[in-house]
Amino acid sequence: MIFPEYDWLPLAFVSLMGLAFLIYAILDGYDLGVGVLLPRDNQAQRDSMIYSIGPFWDANETWLVMAIGLLLIAFPSAHSYILQGLYLPTAIMLAGLILRGVAFDFRTKAPSRFKQKWDLAFKLGSLLATLTQGYMLGRYVTGFEDTQAALAFAVLSAICVTAGYCFIGSAWLVMKTEGELQVRAARWARYSNVLMALGIVAVSISNLLLSDIIMDKWLGFPQVFVLLPTGLLLAFLFLLNHMYLKRVPLENDLGCWVPFASASIIFVLCFCGLAYNFFPYIVWQKITIWDAASSRESLWFIFVGAAVVLPVILAYTAFTYRVFRGKTRKLNY
Amino acid sequence: MLELATDPGVSSLMLSRIQFAANISFHILFPTINIALCWMLLFFKVRYATTGDDNWLRVYRFWVRIFALTFALGVVTGVTMSFQFGTNWPGFMETVGNIAGPLLGYEVLTAFFLEATFLPIMLFGIERVSDRMHTIATALVTLGTSTSAFWILSLDSWMQTPTGFEMRDGVAYVTDWWEVIFNPSLPYRLTHMLLASGLTAAFFVAGISAYRVYKGDPKHSAKLALKFAIITAAILAPLQILVGDFHGLNTLKYQPAKVAAMEGIWHTEKGAPLLLFAIPDAETQSNKYEIAIPNLASIILTHEVDGELQGISDFPDAAPPVAPIFFSFRIMVGTGVLMLLTAGFGCWYFVRKNQYPPWLLKATIAMTFSGWVATLAGWYVTEIGRQPFLVSGVLRTADAATQLPSGNIALSLAMYLSIYLLLLIAYISTLFVMAHRAIRLEANNLHVSDMQTDPANIQGGISEKSFNLEKQA
Repeated sequence: MIFPEYDWLPLAFVSLMGLAFLIYAILDGYDLGVGVLLPRDNQAQRDSMIYSIGPFWDANETWLVMAIGLLLIAFPSAHSYILQGLYLPTAIMLAGLILRGVAFDFRTKAPSRFKQKWDLAFKLGSLLATLTQGYMLGRYVTGFEDTQAALAFAVLSAICVTAGYCFIGSAWLVMKTEGELQVRAARWARYSNVLMALGIVAVSISNLLLSDIIMDKWLGFPQVFVLLPTGLLLAFLFLLNHMYLKRVPLENDLGCWVPFASASIIFVLCFCGLAYNFFPYIVWQKITIWDAASSRESLWFIFVGAAVVLPVILAYTAFTYRVFRGKTRKLNY
Repeated sequence: MLELATDPGVSSLMLSRIQFAANISFHILFPTINIALCWMLLFFKVRYATTGDDNWLRVYRFWVRIFALTFALGVVTGVTMSFQFGTNWPGFMETVGNIAGPLLGYEVLTAFFLEATFLPIMLFGIERVSDRMHTIATALVTLGTSTSAFWILSLDSWMQTPTGFEMRDGVAYVTDWWEVIFNPSLPYRLTHMLLASGLTAAFFVAGISAYRVYKGDPKHSAKLALKFAIITAAILAPLQILVGDFHGLNTLKYQPAKVAAMEGIWHTEKGAPLLLFAIPDAETQSNKYEIAIPNLASIILTHEVDGELQGISDFPDAAPPVAPIFFSFRIMVGTGVLMLLTAGFGCWYFVRKNQYPPWLLKATIAMTFSGWVATLAGWYVTEIGRQPFLVSGVLRTADAATQLPSGNIALSLAMYLSIYLLLLIAYISTLFVMAHRAIRLEANNLHVSDMQTDPANIQGGISEKSFNLEKQA
């Protein structure tokens, strides 16, 4: 190796961690989005919506533990730095996730007169989690600066992430439900699609304006030729979603998976853009991936395990999705 | 003293400690039930498969719903734990991250995903997968919960009795993973905790089943669960006393200061007495109001009448606070004795004579959460007993705490405490709501066990109608 300090292991771990965060954003993103969208006016629809995510939410949330765990294992000093910078939003997000998680069970097991209250806790918990996650992302991206512009950016990011989660949540419902609820979900998806598109444009522009380095990373030559096709692909996906969602319900439910699939692609693209922005930092302009990495022995010990276990995890996750495939039915047990 | 109280570092440390203690105490309540309850569910499921007796299926169905509720609480409070290290204890990961990181990582990889992914199949998959696959899913969730216990106890034991590492520039580096994972106190602590989980779940099942019997549940399944739980408790309680004794000897070898605090021994002495009760006083380094059995502590710990036991004063600047450990230890042992008595009487009346005297049912109900009391007290002994260190001899707790303003920590602590109080009330009351529902359901329709209806409505005999309503929803 020419530069021994540029070890590949930290790079492998930052990729794994990024992948875990991305999978979390897509998977728990739809759970949280569905939670935020729970309507106040229709108990039956609330039931169906929660049934649609019931078998999946727990494993989905585990990706967050996995991602935070990888940050902790591979980059302990960055882990401390980031979580202390985000102390209060983290606590509020955890409160939101606690409320959402327990509401799943309490809503059907506590006395039925409390059911609506637990449904409300479900919705509020989901909303708290999405807003704080967006806010934390914004704070993280600006390197925890305390300027007004940076705080405004974090608020913008909170709204954007919430819109994105609502979009992927309603896209999930279009795929997993039928009848009135599916039509309603398509309407939610259309609105949040527009909101998310505006948000991505706003975040991209303000991100470029906030930092010259990022401006150069994207608009310098020849990188700009990557930016253009990415932008065009995003625009195409938004239009595709918009056109498709207007036509729901289609005959035989043709292509009900299209909005969810394109939402996932949009999440992947945004994530890749962010990762490209950040490289090689793990805390913006303060700590690089190699600065923060744990000892090689420790990374190697867990890398071997991850290489063996992760494919198994993916396999049995696929198995669960197969068992609960198709349109949502009541969850009996 | 005044200076200390206004120093932000000190109050952040104290608040961080209280917050960590609150989070982990609240979290441990739920896994403690579920690690063993899952094994019991597997047993119920297999019993049903081999005997074809519907009662086992009814027991399974009632308890799997409580398992799911408990699991949800365990998951959400566990997620909170995974953030605490970074938010409040930055020095922990910066010093021993090379060891703690991979152990926690293996817990996520080998346990969390396994239990989280197969739980839905265990719960909702009963009509979607084959019966065999369902049993396999149940077994995998059981394996997941127990594996999780293994990894976290490995880390905790390493913090108590660290081996297999070397310090370079103030950071721990692993020299031998085997020695790290299977450190000297792991076998004892793990066995002690798994048995504690077994006892907690046994009294939990026995207590709620006794409540159903006491409230007049005529179904055989309630009595079946009660007998099963009492027999389990009667087997595990004596085993736990034996394992606890071995664990104590192991602690004496590696952490003598902890044992000195447990026994209330201030100064090294030969033929130390066993204190049944006392009030330890740190100022004077002595005990008040002692009730003691002469020489017994030495006999238990050294197996010699005149065996020498080290006192707290032998560990200047490295001794834990005595009073909380001394009292927690007595609460743990006292609860254990009550467990043994309840299990003994239960075996005699419920199991052998098939009689259900109200006084014994009431006593069993009173013991429903006894496992929680004993487990928490035991953990306080071992964790406070490690102070003033976070990792014995390696890292002091004060050196690992965050320097964040204490106001932030006070705010998050207040928020966690209020949520936990709400959840604890909701959890316990929901358990009894579920028990009431089960009492009033008809015995011959398994599907109604799934209903959520006010107990008042069920009495009116409208189960058919509300069942259909549920179906439409």
